[in-house]
Amino acid sequence: MTTTTAVKTKTREIGYISPRRQRVMGIIFLLIAGVIWYFFSRTTSSDMITTFNMSPGGSDVLTPDLVFETLPVLNALAFISAGLGAYQLVRGFKGKTNLVLGILAGFLMLGFLSWGAADKSLNLAGLLKVAVVRSVPLTLGALSGILCERSGIINIGIEGMMLGAAFTSTVVASLSNVWVGLIAAILTGAAFGWLLAVFSIKYKVNQIISGTVINIFATGLTSFLSAKFLQKYAYLNSPGQFPAWEIPLLSKIPFFGPILFNHNIFVYTMFILLIVLTVALFHTRWGLRLRSAGEHPKAADTLGINVNRTRYISTILGGMVAGIGGAYFVLGSVGRFDEVMTAGRGFIGLAAMIFGNWMPSGALGAGLLFGLADSLAGKLTILRIPIPPKFLEMAPYIVTMVVLAGVVGSTQPPASEGIPYEKE
Amino acid sequence: MTDNQEKPTQAEAVPAKPNAIAIFFEELRQNSLTVTILAIVTGLLLGGVVAVLTTESVYAAFGTSFGAGWREVFRIFGLTYSALFTGAFGQPDKIQAAIASGDWGQINTAFSPFFESLVQSTPYILAGLAVALGFRVGLFNIGAEGQIFVGALAAVWAGTHITGLPAWIHAPLALFIGGLGGALWGFIPGLLKAKTGANEVINTIMMNYIAFRLSEYLLTGYLKDPTKSHPISATVEVTAWLPRLFPNPNRFHVGFFIALAMAALVYILLFKTTWGFQLRTVGLNPNAARYSGMSIVKSTVIAMSLSGALAGLAGAVEVLGVNRNLGVAFSSGYGFDSIALALLGNNHPVGVVLSSLLFGFLRNGALRMQLSAGIPIDIISIMQAAILAFIAAPGIIRTIYRLKEPKEEIGSSILTASRKEKPL
Repeated sequence: MTTTTAVKTKTREIGYISPRRQRVMGIIFLLIAGVIWYFFSRTTSSDMITTFNMSPGGSDVLTPDLVFETLPVLNALAFISAGLGAYQLVRGFKGKTNLVLGILAGFLMLGFLSWGAADKSLNLAGLLKVAVVRSVPLTLGALSGILCERSGIINIGIEGMMLGAAFTSTVVASLSNVWVGLIAAILTGAAFGWLLAVFSIKYKVNQIISGTVINIFATGLTSFLSAKFLQKYAYLNSPGQFPAWEIPLLSKIPFFGPILFNHNIFVYTMFILLIVLTVALFHTRWGLRLRSAGEHPKAADTLGINVNRTRYISTILGGMVAGIGGAYFVLGSVGRFDEVMTAGRGFIGLAAMIFGNWMPSGALGAGLLFGLADSLAGKLTILRIPIPPKFLEMAPYIVTMVVLAGVVGSTQPPASEGIPYEKE
Repeated sequence: MTDNQEKPTQAEAVPAKPNAIAIFFEELRQNSLTVTILAIVTGLLLGGVVAVLTTESVYAAFGTSFGAGWREVFRIFGLTYSALFTGAFGQPDKIQAAIASGDWGQINTAFSPFFESLVQSTPYILAGLAVALGFRVGLFNIGAEGQIFVGALAAVWAGTHITGLPAWIHAPLALFIGGLGGALWGFIPGLLKAKTGANEVINTIMMNYIAFRLSEYLLTGYLKDPTKSHPISATVEVTAWLPRLFPNPNRFHVGFFIALAMAALVYILLFKTTWGFQLRTVGLNPNAARYSGMSIVKSTVIAMSLSGALAGLAGAVEVLGVNRNLGVAFSSGYGFDSIALALLGNNHPVGVVLSSLLFGFLRNGALRMQLSAGIPIDIISIMQAAILAFIAAPGIIRTIYRLKEPKEEIGSSILTASRKEKPL
């Protein structure tokens, strides 16, 4: 009798951190403290003052600015980080290690921003608001990936799905209105999802190649149609955009209100989908069946679950979510279609999915992180930070590789993803 | 018996789950030549269909009469393929006239489309070899695009910042440095995969984006030509140029022969050396490889580095042979196309060369077709995606053309392979 756990690459150990990892983490914590002290504190003179604006531009909810002396705050951050690092080396935080790592990453970010804005003011609220906006396509891409991969189908084609959906939403919305355009985008995403499912399930094509085919096809078709028609008939490329909706009560919360609750429908959809997917995947029977199709299809089959049909459905659903993400590019952001406008966001969404350990909440966290890096890159020139913006743009990718290398603990993909299921 | 010191943790890092790539390619090798040729032909025909469907004069003609409509359909069909053909091979009447006149300049010009197709094929050959080598070891190298960039950057650096060398040293040195750059770009994801088990698909995609940002950074800064206003490098020293064989407008350069030489080298490496045998075994059956003492870690790292080196060489050859400088929008989709190439060529150097020639001729033909028939070049992406789809899912071709299923051999179809690959 074959043992099933050998199919997994690593087993998830609950709460156990190996001594080696404990030491590595401790050194990383100390390194963070060192960076804060060496690069930030040492180059700050004691009379510098940092101002964080706490309300985004154009908002009518005014929160007073946060003003503080830079050097003491930086020193405090470095000190706390060093203390936590020492504790980690000596006793170790065990299960809470990742949480502490997240906190320290936050410290590093805070220190970085405080240092960069010394003697100037930085609109922190604006930065965070833009981060939320930029994270939408990434998170939606990651959610789409989660739906597909949790049932066992690797979806590399998110980029192509988004691009195709963006195109159809442009044309349809130009001919009617944004709502119909959004529906068209969802249907396009579903169609691509169906295509991926047919290739991967019926013809058992290697799923990376199926995804690649979809990417090449979508890029080629949309660029072709765009060059042929959209450039000639400008009225086909004027779809309009969704307006921003302010949620009445919630958007008045100081600081967080304008950042989270004054956006267009795509941001709210992202939040709603996050909650819906978390509940559906982890608290319903439907979700359990879906996940079992991805973890151990044979067992699922024995229990009467139609594995391939489950995979078809989840891939089509995943395509729909990718379709919403694609519509965002046009109807929620730029307001027109440009060739290859997704610019790799679909792949970053995949990275966000892995970073988030195939959980919707993780996907949102990773998406926000990448969105923050994106929005930060724009501000760097305003502040006196001498890092070239291009290097900051590289940061999300490098961070993903670091995460994948297992620094933040092992990621746990669905065990049977990528392998077509055969009923024997 | 074994000459490597593999600790259990290292062996764990490369997962023991069934190698989806090996399974997939075993299935593909059953493809008869018929299916391959039909796949290519059908894919090319699909391009014509798309062209017809998107030409307005066709619909106008159908408006007048049924016959006129179909005449227009055939006209567009013919126009598309004749433009493609003359773009790729040269115009027959011009060639005839040139040969009749006996003037070398005229002959040169008449044949230059054909040679330009060979020029376009050159990077495809090298990038296709890179991806095919990766596949042979069971690795997905989607990072070809980034490796091409880094190779090009390194070669440009060597060509502009190293001076005073004679041509017979400078050019090979620049090529070597380009290959080294690409090797580095393949080494990093290879090492991560070998040591930590991190998925090389995502890592190579991340390296692509890091390469893009890096090239943007360098081409607007350190490598930028001070006399030009847009991000482009200085022109490479004449001593580093890859010589062209014919005068203008014929751009055929020795890089083509370098690419062929590389194909021969890869063939010898893979099929005529022990080491190549090891690499192939690691790809086909990692368990057997490990059992017989081959180091999976070493094989993975070396294969990815070599793969990256080949792709880097592609970038270097393009820079030193064709443009002699480097602009930001330099490579366009070579990375994904080379996956299609490797697949089409069945991961064999000869197959890769043949498919690269096909793609190169298609690409050159489409470039000129865009000018002469007004059909956007993206149509070849559609054709390539279709060809790739038909090759990867031969069932579609068999269904369309009512071909018989191939005889199933024991242990070489995905059904039996997946059964055999149950974990030990």
